[in-house]
Amino acid sequence: MRSPNPWRSRRTRTLAAAAALAAAAPLLAACGSDGPRSGGGGGEALEVWVYQDGSTTIQEEFVEKFNETSDIDVNLTQIAGDSYQERARTAMGTPNAPDIFFNWGGGSISDFVAEDMLVDLTDIVAEEPELRDGFLPTIMDAGAVDGRYYGVPMRGVQPVILFYNKTLFADAGLEPPSTWEAFTTAVETFQEQDVTPVALGGADIWPNMMWLEYLLDREGGSEVFDRIRNGDASAWGDPAMLAAAETVTQLLDDGAFGNDFRSVAYTNDGAPTFFAQGEAAMHLMGSWEFANQLTNQPEFAESDLGWTTFPAVEGGAGDPSAVVGNPTNYWSVNSQVEGERLDAAVEFLKLHASEEYAQALIDNGDIPATTNAEELIGSAPNPEYAQFQWDMISGASSFTLSWDQALPASQATPMLDSIDKLFGGQLTPQEFVDSMQDL
Amino acid sequence: MKQRTSTKPRAGRPGIAWAVPGVLFFVFFAAAPMAIVAYLSFTDWDGLSNPSWTGLDNWSKLWEDDSMRNAVWLSLLLTAFTWLTQTPVTLLLGVWAAGRQRNRAVLSAIFFLPLLASSVALALLWRTIFDPNFGLAPDIADLFNLDSADLLGTPRGAFAAILFVTGWQFVPFHMLIYQGGVRQIPRSFYDAAAMDGAGTIRQFFHITLPQLRNTIVTSTVLMVVGALTYFDTVLILTRGGPGDSTEIVPFLMYDTGFQAFDLGYASAIACALVAVATAASLLLVRLTGFTRMRSTREGL
Repeated sequence: MRSPNPWRSRRTRTLAAAAALAAAAPLLAACGSDGPRSGGGGGEALEVWVYQDGSTTIQEEFVEKFNETSDIDVNLTQIAGDSYQERARTAMGTPNAPDIFFNWGGGSISDFVAEDMLVDLTDIVAEEPELRDGFLPTIMDAGAVDGRYYGVPMRGVQPVILFYNKTLFADAGLEPPSTWEAFTTAVETFQEQDVTPVALGGADIWPNMMWLEYLLDREGGSEVFDRIRNGDASAWGDPAMLAAAETVTQLLDDGAFGNDFRSVAYTNDGAPTFFAQGEAAMHLMGSWEFANQLTNQPEFAESDLGWTTFPAVEGGAGDPSAVVGNPTNYWSVNSQVEGERLDAAVEFLKLHASEEYAQALIDNGDIPATTNAEELIGSAPNPEYAQFQWDMISGASSFTLSWDQALPASQATPMLDSIDKLFGGQLTPQEFVDSMQDL
Repeated sequence: MKQRTSTKPRAGRPGIAWAVPGVLFFVFFAAAPMAIVAYLSFTDWDGLSNPSWTGLDNWSKLWEDDSMRNAVWLSLLLTAFTWLTQTPVTLLLGVWAAGRQRNRAVLSAIFFLPLLASSVALALLWRTIFDPNFGLAPDIADLFNLDSADLLGTPRGAFAAILFVTGWQFVPFHMLIYQGGVRQIPRSFYDAAAMDGAGTIRQFFHITLPQLRNTIVTSTVLMVVGALTYFDTVLILTRGGPGDSTEIVPFLMYDTGFQAFDLGYASAIACALVAVATAASLLLVRLTGFTRMRSTREGL
């Protein structure tokens, strides 16, 4: 149902989007402001949107560096956390859309791809040796949509890691758990000592999802979620999914997460602080947790913070080396960018394959998704942690993208609702599996 | 100037032209968006492609959808509880604040503070207060004899938290309305009643309350419409959770529209919400006889 006149249809959509915004929530209406900008005109600056967090300083630095030599400048806009996805989504297809923007690859851009809103970078990557040989192929593939590249890695690789408190484990005479049996023993031991076994920011829901992601991967291997990701909803009914959900229920019954984790948030530092104060023994979180602890609780991070891979589950079909998390973040290019502006955009992307950029990420404590990262690891501020992550990533049999990023928005939202209910005991494992199949 | 007005006296109201800016503003920012939302409610639209016409699909889904049913029920509950808890509190506070004593003026000013802060900031503040490890949640749990400090993690706790935080925030506003209402009541009524031997309580029920009738209607309409459209507190404090136990209609609309990007269905929810809120306020006004504009000062 595409209108033959693209200009007209875009106008209607802009109007409709602004209208929907204005009517739905007056708070959001301010986003509908019009920037005087025409698409595809020569020489105009490229608008770049990035998700604002502690690492954004690197993007600022490299945008500045890029602008020194380029005829076409780059304007960097930082968008605060939670609202990023909504802002990007509502802007796409309007004259206010970014030219290059940060995303999570996969499901986070699949709707844009379906509407031809992104530049297909597959051929460009193949032509440009810097891009072709610069990035780890597994990470390029993890963000691909239908086997084609629409993004170039621009942040560190973020595997989900099991963090633990070294002192608490030593005091209890335990080793960090490498098997599920050892893990459940640890849960029991800490329970007896009145230490919450696992810190969990259940109010945000996605930390709960990380448990389910790993449990499913260990029970059934990465192909179960691959099927779901490729549109096969019946894969939610896979016995491995039921087993993973049942394990979650078992953990809840055992009090592994304490009894008030659903009021605890990760995003306001509730769960990390609880963990850092020695009230909880373990914390399953993305690799950014290390930097977070280093900033907020430096003493804890330097002396007590330990890390390990998610335990192997006995009898599960999954490979214990498999990793879940955010392979990385990507830059994608709006298909409105053409001609010399596209050339400038490609130059900008190439900058992210450079050793300089990789070094900046390493200095920030990140592991770049570039092939040159391995030699640079030694110069990381925490070489031990960096080496652990590098080994984990390079030795991983698969890297599963976070479910809420891998699935399109229309499925991710109800999925998070169901996960919340599973962790709250409002859904039994069987009901959870059934509700997901009905999506 | 004087001569001109005297040669051509301008009686009556200003011309239609005077209304143009206001009307234009209303058309662009209220009527037109509402019309577009009404149109979108008959389409399937993900916000990216062109809307495709689906007729009454979204509207029939409204009746069958369990999450909508849940949301309507929660919104009604929230509205009812909001009115039941806020009206007595604000009425009494307003009457109390209407006194001219210096300490009352000072305390009223303090009570007024929550209304000055943005509701997002307040919700963030309360979310931290409700944190079971670092907030006041364990003390609150002790106070009410609850077994766990998981206030936002239980359906009832989360609902009560929303009710409390929004109440805390809007009580000052309604208090102010009542304070103004009470100050309008002529002193002579109370003097006469006092002469006839009526005490404070009798004066309250026989003079203050009847005199405040129109004020109560105003405050009630604002409360009902406000409670039906609460959004920001829910977004920050509970995100509709745990599960869907605080997913009231405006939040469901947001979740459907801006998280799941089913903007067609979200528009249908929005239309239904506009219709219900308008109907509720019209009905209230009509039932209470507000439109008849009967004076509360007959015989004065």
